[in-house]
Amino acid sequence: MSIFIDKRNRVIVQGMTGSEGTKHTRRMLASGTNIVGGVTPGKGGQSVEIEGRVLPVFNSVAEAVAATSADTSVVFVPPKFAKAAVIDAIDAAMPLIVVITEGIPVHDTAAFFAYSQSKGTTRIIGPNCPGIITPGESNVGIIPADITGSGPIGLVSKSGTLTYQMAFELRDIGISTAVGIGGDPVIGTTHIDCLRAFQDDEATQAIVMIGEIGGDAEERAATFISEYVTKPVVGYVAGFTAPEGKTMGHAGAIVSGSSGTAQGKKDALEAAGVLVGQTPSEAARLMRALLKR
Amino acid sequence: MDLFEYQARDLFEKHGVPVLAGAVATTPEEAHNAAAKIGGKVVVKAQVKVGGRGKAGGVKLAENAEDAKAKAAAILGMDIKGHIVGKVMIAQAAPIAEEYYLAILLDRSNRTFLVMASVAGGMDIESVAHETPEKLAKVAVNSNEGISKELALKIVKAGQFPQEVAEQVADVLLLLWGVFTSEDATLVEVNPLVKTSDGRIIALDGKITLDDNADFRHPDHEALVDHSATDPLEALAKEKNLNYVKLDGEVGIIGNGAGLVMSTLDVVAYAGEKFGGVKPANFLDIGGGASAQVMADGLSIILSDKEVKSVFVNVFGGITSCDAVANGIVQALEILGDAATKPIVVRLDGNNVLEGRRILTSAAHPLIQQLDTMDGAAARAAELAAK
Repeated sequence: MSIFIDKRNRVIVQGMTGSEGTKHTRRMLASGTNIVGGVTPGKGGQSVEIEGRVLPVFNSVAEAVAATSADTSVVFVPPKFAKAAVIDAIDAAMPLIVVITEGIPVHDTAAFFAYSQSKGTTRIIGPNCPGIITPGESNVGIIPADITGSGPIGLVSKSGTLTYQMAFELRDIGISTAVGIGGDPVIGTTHIDCLRAFQDDEATQAIVMIGEIGGDAEERAATFISEYVTKPVVGYVAGFTAPEGKTMGHAGAIVSGSSGTAQGKKDALEAAGVLVGQTPSEAARLMRALLKR
Repeated sequence: MDLFEYQARDLFEKHGVPVLAGAVATTPEEAHNAAAKIGGKVVVKAQVKVGGRGKAGGVKLAENAEDAKAKAAAILGMDIKGHIVGKVMIAQAAPIAEEYYLAILLDRSNRTFLVMASVAGGMDIESVAHETPEKLAKVAVNSNEGISKELALKIVKAGQFPQEVAEQVADVLLLLWGVFTSEDATLVEVNPLVKTSDGRIIALDGKITLDDNADFRHPDHEALVDHSATDPLEALAKEKNLNYVKLDGEVGIIGNGAGLVMSTLDVVAYAGEKFGGVKPANFLDIGGGASAQVMADGLSIILSDKEVKSVFVNVFGGITSCDAVANGIVQALEILGDAATKPIVVRLDGNNVLEGRRILTSAAHPLIQQLDTMDGAAARAAELAAK
C-alpha cells in the first residue's frame, strides 16, 4: 500500500514533447512508472520513442484517456499554458493531476483549483512541486528515484530539495510514499490531505512532515494531527533565519506580520505532540529513535 | 511586488476607480510644480512601503504650492522605520465626511479570494478585526464566479455601510475587483475609502501587491519596479538571474532549491551559536541547472560581500548532478583566480555524488574543503568564519 499512487497507475505526460517533458518522461520510465502516452495540443497522432517505449501523443487529455485509460496526469507545460492544460485534464475527469510547472500566476492556479473543486472528480498535487513517489512502484514528477527504497515512513513537504534531503537521511528505513506538495500560495493537496492519507494507509507506520515559513498550513496541520493522527509524527520546519517580509525563492516562503514564522510553526507542532528536529539530520534521528521504541 | 501609493492610485485611475488628482515628486521643486498644477490645498505624503507613516510625520497638509515645497523638503529624506523617503505624492486635499475600508486579497488558508469590507476605515484594520469584529465583513469569492453587483451589495451591507452610499460603494468594489483580476494582484486594499462632504466616494489611499509570476502578461509592470531600494549585491544578482537575498552574517551560502537553502541558513545559524554567534550572510538558490557559469556568478557575488568570511556550498543533487556542480566550483575558482581568498566548504550528496566528490578531490584547490554531512559542513563553515 501507499498513498495516491502505486504500480497500477497509468500516467500521461502533458507537455511530453517539450525538453523538460521528454527529459523527465525518460527518468520516470527508468524508475518504473507506467507511462502510457503524452498530450501536446497540435501534435496528436504523432508518437515518440523514449527509453525503448513508443508513446502516443494526443491533442487533448480526453483523447488520451479514451485511448489509454490513463488515471494520472503529470504536467510539464510552461506557466503561460499551464491553466489550459490543467483544465483540459479536469474536463477529462482525470483522478490525479500532478503539476510540476513553476511560476504559474496565482490567479490561474486559483481558477483551476476552484474548477477542480466544483467538478469534484480530481485531486491536484502542486503546482510548483517535485511530484510524488512510491518507491519501487511509481514515480510521478521529478523526484530522483534512487535516493531511497520502500519502507514504512510517509513523507510530506512543500520543498523539493528538502524532500530529497530528508528521504536521503531516512534511506536506512525507507519511504512508503513521499509527496512534494509545492510551495505556492495556492496548492491542490495540503499537508492535511497527506496526513489523513498516511494515517489511513496500512503501509505507513510513521510520518515525517516538513514545513516552511509563510501561511498557516503547518499550524492547521498541527491541529489536525492532534485530532486525527495516531501514528507518530516527526516534524522539521525551515526558515528560522529568514528575515520578515523577504521572499526566499518560493512564493510561499514569505513572512508577513507575526503569523507564519518558523518558531510559531514549531511551537504549534510540538503542542500537538510532534517531535520537531532542529536540522533535517536531527529529525531523522528522532524518527529512528521513535521506530526503535 | 508591493506598489507605492502613487502607483496604486495610477492603477486605480486606469481602471476607473474614483481617485483624487495626484502626482509623484522626488524634489521640493517638483512638489511645488505638482501642487501648483493641482491647485488649492494639497496633502504631501511620503511614499514608503511601510505602515505608520502618518504617525512618523510623513503626511502633511499644505496650504499652497509654496507650502507644499516646504513640506516636501521636510519629508523627503526622512527615515520612516528604516525606509528613507525618496518620493512624495502630492494629492488634492478633500473634505472628508466618513472613512471606510475595502480590500480584496488572496486567502491562502482557504485557497480562495476574500473581500473584506468595513464601515470603520481609516485606522488599523487589524484592531477593527480584533476589537469590533462585527464591523468587518469577510466574504469568500470564488475565482471563477467573481463578484456580481448583487454580491457586491450584499458585502457592502455586511460591512455595515450606510444605505445612502451602498450603491456607490458596491460600484467601487466591482471596479476594484477589475483591478484585482486584470492586473493579477494578490492584494488590493483601500484604506481609507472616503465619503467626501459633498457625498462622493473616493479611494484616498491604496495598497496593491502584484503577482510577479504573471509578469509575462503584463509588460507594463516592469516600469513599476523600484530599483532604488535594492541592495547593490541583490541588484547585481538579479542581473545575473540569481535568486539572492543579502543578509547580515558572515557565512556565504550557496545551495539548490529554496527549501534546502532556507534550511541551510538555519543549520548554519544553529552551528554558529557555538562560534560566537556566526550567522549566514545571504540566501542564494542556484536552482536546477547549476552550470559552471551560474556557480561562478554566485561565488563572485558572495565573495564580493565584505562581511563574508567563509562560504558553504550545500547541494543535494536531484536533477542537478553533483559532477556539474563540482566542475562549476572548480571553473569558478579558475575564473576568479586571485580574487577568491575565502575558504569554501562543500557538501555534495545525491545525483552522481561520487564523481562530484572525486572532481573536487583531484582539483586539490587550497580553498576547498569537503565534508560528508550538512550539519558537519555547516559547523566547519561557521568555525572558519569565526576565526
